Amino acid sequence: MHDRAFKDPQREYRLFYLRLGVAVLGLVVLTGIVLWRYYYLQVVRHSDFATQSENNRVHVRPVSPTRGLIYDRNGVLLADNRAGFSLSIVVERTDNLDTLLAELDSLLKLDDEELERFQRQTQRRKPYEPVPLRINLSEKEQAVLAVNEYRLHGVEITAQLVRHYPHGELLSHVLGYVGRINDQELPELDPVRYSGTYVIGKTGVEKFYEDELLGDVGYEYVETNARGRVMRMLERIAPAVGADLTLHLDIRLQQVAYDALGEERGAVVLLDTRNGGVLAMVSKPGFDANQFVTGISYKNYQELLNSPDRPLFDRVMQGQYPPGSIVKPVFGLAALETGVMSMDTAIFDPGFYRLPNHSHKYRDWKKGGHGSRVNLHDAIVQSCDTYFYTAGVRMGIDNLHAYGVRFGFGEKTGIDLPAERTGIMPSRDWKKGVKGVSWYPGDTVNTSIGQGFMLTTPLQLAVSASRVASRGEIRAPRLVSRIGDTALDQGPPDGVIKGDSRHWDYVINAMTDVVHGQRGTAKIIAKDLDYRIAGKTGTAQVVGIRQGETYDAAKLSKQQRDHALFVAFAPVDNPEVAIGIIVENGEHGSSTAAPIARKIFDSYMTFKAEETGGIPGVETVIPQDAPSHSPAEPAVPAATGNSLPATANPAPTQTSQQRSADHE
Amino acid sequence: MSEFVRRIRPEGSGLYGSGGWQRLHVDLPLLVLILILCGSGLFVLYGASGQSQHYLTRQAIYMGLGLVVMLVTAQFSPRFIMRWAPLPYVVGILLLIAVALVGVGAKGAQRWLDLGFIRFQPSEILKLACPLMIASYLGKRHLPPSFRHLVLALLVLLMPAGLVGMQPDLGTALLIFASGIFVVFLAGISKRYIFGAIIVVMAAAPVFWLFLLRDYQRQRILTLLDPQADKLGAGWNIIQSTTAIGSGGLYGKGWMMGTQSQLDFLPESHTDFIIAVLAEEFGLVGVVALLCLYLLIIARGFMIALNARSMFGRLLAGSVTLTFFVYVFVNMGMVSGILPVVGVPLPLVSYGGTAIVTLMLGFGMLMAISTEKQRV
Repeated sequence: MHDRAFKDPQREYRLFYLRLGVAVLGLVVLTGIVLWRYYYLQVVRHSDFATQSENNRVHVRPVSPTRGLIYDRNGVLLADNRAGFSLSIVVERTDNLDTLLAELDSLLKLDDEELERFQRQTQRRKPYEPVPLRINLSEKEQAVLAVNEYRLHGVEITAQLVRHYPHGELLSHVLGYVGRINDQELPELDPVRYSGTYVIGKTGVEKFYEDELLGDVGYEYVETNARGRVMRMLERIAPAVGADLTLHLDIRLQQVAYDALGEERGAVVLLDTRNGGVLAMVSKPGFDANQFVTGISYKNYQELLNSPDRPLFDRVMQGQYPPGSIVKPVFGLAALETGVMSMDTAIFDPGFYRLPNHSHKYRDWKKGGHGSRVNLHDAIVQSCDTYFYTAGVRMGIDNLHAYGVRFGFGEKTGIDLPAERTGIMPSRDWKKGVKGVSWYPGDTVNTSIGQGFMLTTPLQLAVSASRVASRGEIRAPRLVSRIGDTALDQGPPDGVIKGDSRHWDYVINAMTDVVHGQRGTAKIIAKDLDYRIAGKTGTAQVVGIRQGETYDAAKLSKQQRDHALFVAFAPVDNPEVAIGIIVENGEHGSSTAAPIARKIFDSYMTFKAEETGGIPGVETVIPQDAPSHSPAEPAVPAATGNSLPATANPAPTQTSQQRSADHE
Repeated sequence: MSEFVRRIRPEGSGLYGSGGWQRLHVDLPLLVLILILCGSGLFVLYGASGQSQHYLTRQAIYMGLGLVVMLVTAQFSPRFIMRWAPLPYVVGILLLIAVALVGVGAKGAQRWLDLGFIRFQPSEILKLACPLMIASYLGKRHLPPSFRHLVLALLVLLMPAGLVGMQPDLGTALLIFASGIFVVFLAGISKRYIFGAIIVVMAAAPVFWLFLLRDYQRQRILTLLDPQADKLGAGWNIIQSTTAIGSGGLYGKGWMMGTQSQLDFLPESHTDFIIAVLAEEFGLVGVVALLCLYLLIIARGFMIALNARSMFGRLLAGSVTLTFFVYVFVNMGMVSGILPVVGVPLPLVSYGGTAIVTLMLGFGMLMAISTEKQRV
């Protein structure tokens, strides 16, 4: 109270009043700033923030399209899709990725492979993109995750379709399989089209027709909260289903071919000679492609990779074998066409061939030779090497090469499958380019019986047989006949190998006698045959035999034995199917490979008869090229003087369909 | 009291006559405004908390408790308050020292005292105790204060501000400092000191930045300048809150329709960042309406200050009102990205009992000052 006496209230009040005024001024300014700020955010930049808020809220999620199905020619499902659940992680939405992974590990037992792949994909993801951790969860895993989902922030469990191959090993090399998109493939892919898709065709039809099978991605507009949990669906643009494929392939024939190979390693290709359609294509052993779809384990993969039988190796497309005697009909035709041999020319076969002024003996497979007068017909039927040494040397490598290429050797066949190998049809240029040395006459001798440098794939064997059967029609083999509702063009052949029809008749007749003739190398399969097969056996050396040595199967291990080869087509008069077979280490084309062809041809005829209803006189299938081929029929016996087995020569005017139908 | 004071209060006692409210020590306009604010606050909170009955009920209880505290406080005469001003101040300082010694905390800051039944933040006390102490000290002196009084007042101010700043709780420290400085400012220190102080602060700023601020505090300021630098970390809050505000537009998305807040993009949506929810759901119109409400309360506070019977009352009322404004300004500023993020709630709207009670205590003092009986 004492102090107060000295105070000047009026002055103090005025001072307070002024100061409060200053404060109010400051307050007005600061309020103005705040107001301006909110005006700026809410009015000036409203649309920016409205957009940003929408982007926060609304997420566009790609919806993977359903992959197209694959059917065989009769509508049997070969590849379908089954529902599966997969686990993905949105890294941005996890609280702590390491903790989450440890948590998931305790729930699901993650293996190192999964984690490593996940980490790799995490590096290259887009923000907020779910990175798959495990595809195809088991029901138990789904349950475990469902129970714990509430505390696993950033985890997404999505239903999706998983590729499934009901026939497993039977079609592993033909269909191939789909698998996770890997680091090499990723940069090549259209990021939009593949935004919802984890898998891609890796091999086979799945790879070649990836574009058609894939379909188009769809989108879901969903509202998510900050943790990425979907609150509701706003809009959905359905994905476009991938196109279904129909193959020429007949699963029944595939099964027959597969079974016919038995325990052997080998390959079989059955082609429709009229359109190039692949009716069966087996590389044995195969593998269960299903395990690749969801990611094969390292152990299983190593097992497949290291198996001595090489199940992952597609022998049909990638196996390259010396064709051996298989090439004889082709080079025989070449000899006739080039004029170095006539249909009547006969040579003396002492059991070996010697180049002029050379001492080296090129041996015939038959010790002592095939006799004093061997013509082309005999040479094909008995597989006389000496004849072809002579013809080959007379023609020269340039002609051998030219004709070999025309029949599909040394070039890709153009089949609708990836990773086809060319084989080798040697030539002067080829040797100069690859070996760096010039061509020697001895090389021509070896090439003329399909040895030496020459290599072919089983597919090429079938193609060459088909070209002989169709008298020179060049067609690329085709697996797929329909994409969706569109039948693929099966128009005229890509080209025709020119040849005198008498020469064609002659060669085909000789091939017929390989099966049906008394001295044919494949006569073993002619028993009880009610249609006619033309074929050629072959044996390919695995181990080189030095001069003066003899081949003794007993001394060689199974792996070193010769490969057995066989090509054939049937029926002879109106060819429909051609086959190429190789049985690895099967030793003789006649004993191991040829019976396989017989089984498959028999089944083909049976199935065809069933389809035509087995009613005599009703023609349901008319071979388009029948007229051009049938005239050969009566001419065959006359050309060679060889008699045909009576059972195999029914009324020549009938079509083959009727014939087999009659016998049913 | 002096003649001068009597002259500017021609009605005699109270600001608006001498009704029953006056006898109950209730400033009716202030009470009405506070009740409207509380109601609006509960309304926004209900939406912002995801229609949480829990938060709504508790907040209502805090508000009820706060109103009781306010009405009780209003019963004390300013003279009584002035006399006892050192008590809460000294207790507050002692508690702050206790916090420094045995306090508990989280994230590297030691701010709480655990009394077993309640966890309690002594720095809250100082928000009121500090201006109270300085107002009571300077209110008795000649104004403008002499240099000696000024230095003493600053010491009184810097001690708690420093203790809180060391916890560290820079936001609260600045608020305490501001509330005290307002008293000093209103007491009429000369312009020389004011400008001098400004120059000293500006000169000290770099030192402050380099040596006194902790990393996370520097980070907050850097984040303010460029929130995009760390979108998912430090910048997340501010990006999401500005997005919420901006997307609200002029009229907002509607109550409980704010996607930013309802879908959890906005952090702290029911506490410090609740203004973003309001801005998103009610637009600029809602923001301006709320701001008007605050400004009306502030205007009422200034009227009370101008009409207070004692210099102590004036200083205290002025400081409490200005501090209230600072709360509003800092909160709205930080949420909208023009101030660094410091833990300042939006008065009576943000969820939280301590802040409500503290605020109500301040309003109670305003009422006490406003309804002080005329001494004959």
